[in-house]
Amino acid sequence: MSRIGVFICHCGENISRTVDVERVAAQVGTLPGVAFSTDYKYMCSDPGQGLLKKAIQEQRLSHVVVAACSPRMHEKTFRKAVESAGLNPFLCEMANIREHCSWVHEDRDEATAKAIEIVGMMVERVKKNRVLPTITVPVTKRSLVIGGGIAGIQAALDIADAGHEVVLVEREPSIGGHMAQLSETFPTLDCSQCIMTPKMVDVANHPRIKLYTYAEIEHVEGYIGNFQVTVRKKARSVDEDKCTGCGVCMTKCPVKKIPNKFDQNLGMRPAIYVPFPQAVPNTPVIDRENCTKFKTGKCGVCQKVCGPGAVDYEQEDQLIVEPVGAIVVATGFDLYSIEEKPKGSAIKGYGEFGHGKIPDVIDGMTFERLASASGPTGGKILRPSDGREPKQIVFIQCVGSRAREKGISYCSKICCMYTAKHTMLYHHKVHDGQAYVFFMDARTPGKSYDEFWRRSIEEEEAVYIRGMVSRLYQKGNKIVVMGSDIAVGVQVEIEADMVVLATAVQPQKGADTLAQKLGISYDKYHFYSEAHAKLRPVECATAGIYLAGACQGPKDIPDTVSQASAAAAKVMTLFAKDKLEREPIVARVREAGCVGCFYCQKVCPYGAVEEKEIRDRQGNLVKVVAYVNPGVCGGCGTCQATCPSKSVELDGYTDEQIVAMIESL
Amino acid sequence: MHHKEKHAFEPKIIAFVCTWCTYAGADLAGTSRMQYPANVRVLKFPCTGRIDPVFILKAFQQGADGVLVSGCHPGDCHYIAGNFHARRRFAAFRKLLEFVGVDLGRLQFSWVSAAEGGKWVEMVTDLTERVRGMGPMREFKELGLEEQWSGAIDTPELREAYDSI
Repeated sequence: MSRIGVFICHCGENISRTVDVERVAAQVGTLPGVAFSTDYKYMCSDPGQGLLKKAIQEQRLSHVVVAACSPRMHEKTFRKAVESAGLNPFLCEMANIREHCSWVHEDRDEATAKAIEIVGMMVERVKKNRVLPTITVPVTKRSLVIGGGIAGIQAALDIADAGHEVVLVEREPSIGGHMAQLSETFPTLDCSQCIMTPKMVDVANHPRIKLYTYAEIEHVEGYIGNFQVTVRKKARSVDEDKCTGCGVCMTKCPVKKIPNKFDQNLGMRPAIYVPFPQAVPNTPVIDRENCTKFKTGKCGVCQKVCGPGAVDYEQEDQLIVEPVGAIVVATGFDLYSIEEKPKGSAIKGYGEFGHGKIPDVIDGMTFERLASASGPTGGKILRPSDGREPKQIVFIQCVGSRAREKGISYCSKICCMYTAKHTMLYHHKVHDGQAYVFFMDARTPGKSYDEFWRRSIEEEEAVYIRGMVSRLYQKGNKIVVMGSDIAVGVQVEIEADMVVLATAVQPQKGADTLAQKLGISYDKYHFYSEAHAKLRPVECATAGIYLAGACQGPKDIPDTVSQASAAAAKVMTLFAKDKLEREPIVARVREAGCVGCFYCQKVCPYGAVEEKEIRDRQGNLVKVVAYVNPGVCGGCGTCQATCPSKSVELDGYTDEQIVAMIESL
Repeated sequence: MHHKEKHAFEPKIIAFVCTWCTYAGADLAGTSRMQYPANVRVLKFPCTGRIDPVFILKAFQQGADGVLVSGCHPGDCHYIAGNFHARRRFAAFRKLLEFVGVDLGRLQFSWVSAAEGGKWVEMVTDLTERVRGMGPMREFKELGLEEQWSGAIDTPELREAYDSI
């Protein structure tokens, strides 16, 4: 007979406010097999866990049910406590009476009755729990970092400096990301390139960093400590080993008028190019869509002028398999482009404020390129339409952001600060110009941020108008901006020469596809989800995968760098051990019943099912049965639901356990 | 405080959900303090791929008036493809249930991601209200009690079918 202990948590008042915890404890105490039941204010606290351990020993408990928050929150905590009291951790189950009960129901009687049933269900389940031995697996002490912006660079450098190999994969031809595009950075106004490019060089020169640029993640297999990642290295058409980076090919390329994405399409580049002069690696790429050789078969100038003979038109995409133990995802952000509505987008508000129609209505990143010394105008603020210096400039905040009715309800976090910076940069470059900012609220929480914002008004003479713009239209070569100043209560009309929109920060395109390859979750905006909003902000719910930077939510540079270093620290923690204990939730075959149909093998997503020959003592083949490799099994249990003879079982989720739960209801 | 209506019949809803998406979505509904009827009992599985249709029958037999099965959206499965197997399995299973005369309104399949706390609330509320309108589900419970093949239910059709085995 089992001696089950049930521990009901008040969670301060989070549970006890709606659920009568004493009644639950009293009621479940009468269930057959329950030897002990009690309630306590904070079960997860030190005294709470102490109470649990003491009861296990004093009451000689055989199984434990903790009725508290979601197992996603504290299952590990309580299983560890149970283990330290001498019980197998898998003889402990959690009943979720907070997220699934006290927080979602108001009626005390109903919630209490439900809590009793939830606990009762887990009592029946835990009776059928078996002792599971921990499975140890080796750890591959190499890490993959996806994305070569500041987040990926920081994480890669930290991990590599700690002595582990890093594979850094970047989609674009060069690392650097958005930070390489910025002019100067708030709140210190230091030049972004000056702080970024040395780090890019560090990456390129680091003996333990293997850099793949112009490459994407094709496929991911495996699990924590043992991932197999297939990287697609797109054909560069230039042999990286031979190329010296002299740049003759680029100067001789006859196709010169391709808008450069790095310069927000303001500058032009040839068909064989590096995105910007400080690119790492400094190896050009042939843009096959625009190259005459690839389009017509004629030309071949770059190959002729290349001294080392690095240009290779025959080069093909390469698929490279990299074994790694941990993955840092640092794919960053993109700005909400309101120029045209992508297919299937839930976001309304495309084409707002004439973006995409009026050439002098630009977004924040385009302004960065105009203000950058290495940009298409050499750092002069000039109108894209006619190259004149704008004397009146209007900045509009929260374009797309904080507009629930248009589809994005969050705050993009960085725009208040970068617009304040833009007004300063503008004032430094156009002394007789005037900047206006339409804003809803100024959000400046950060070290020296508010002082910076105030400086833009008090010293750099930016005029802040609290209110939104209602309409904007082209009149001659001016842009008329109509809005309201709600602080004064008047309508405002400004004849501007240029308008800069602080458009919303969004995850990179394709963030959802990558998440599906990695098996990590994302929110409705496609930002990746962390395991816990407050306590596990850099880990994914999927073990062994960590997040860094704006792919998880809008972030400025200091926050991004902090998170990247935190993710790197998590990877190092993982690599500090040679062996890793993994959850023993794996499938096991009952060989006596197995008829060898191998349906399980067909449905197994991990290829964990192998064939095993059963022989008698004389060595004659009796039958061939399925065998699940516990190191490879992911623990989904699809095999069990598929098996016609019910000969494979997922430990921890056996039919017996589940039927016991259903029968308790 | 909402004024709570008292109903003559409170249906029992059993939900089979996967850990990674729908269980997490239901957790999110909790952390967001959304409110929904207290009729649902949640059973957690690693993946919808683990959910054997027999569990659904078992739930009905045990007195469930409605059953909900929910996991990750297609393509988002934590275990790569478990939800595709589940989808195919349940497409066939629904036909079978319909054939034996179960009103499919009592059985809901859906995808609820970890970010869709609101969708979870909506689905549980809708299913509860719908099943409440349909009244209690007795057939399976009675069958379960009377031991279908013991001969306790003795109709000529059943006998003929039984003899022909």
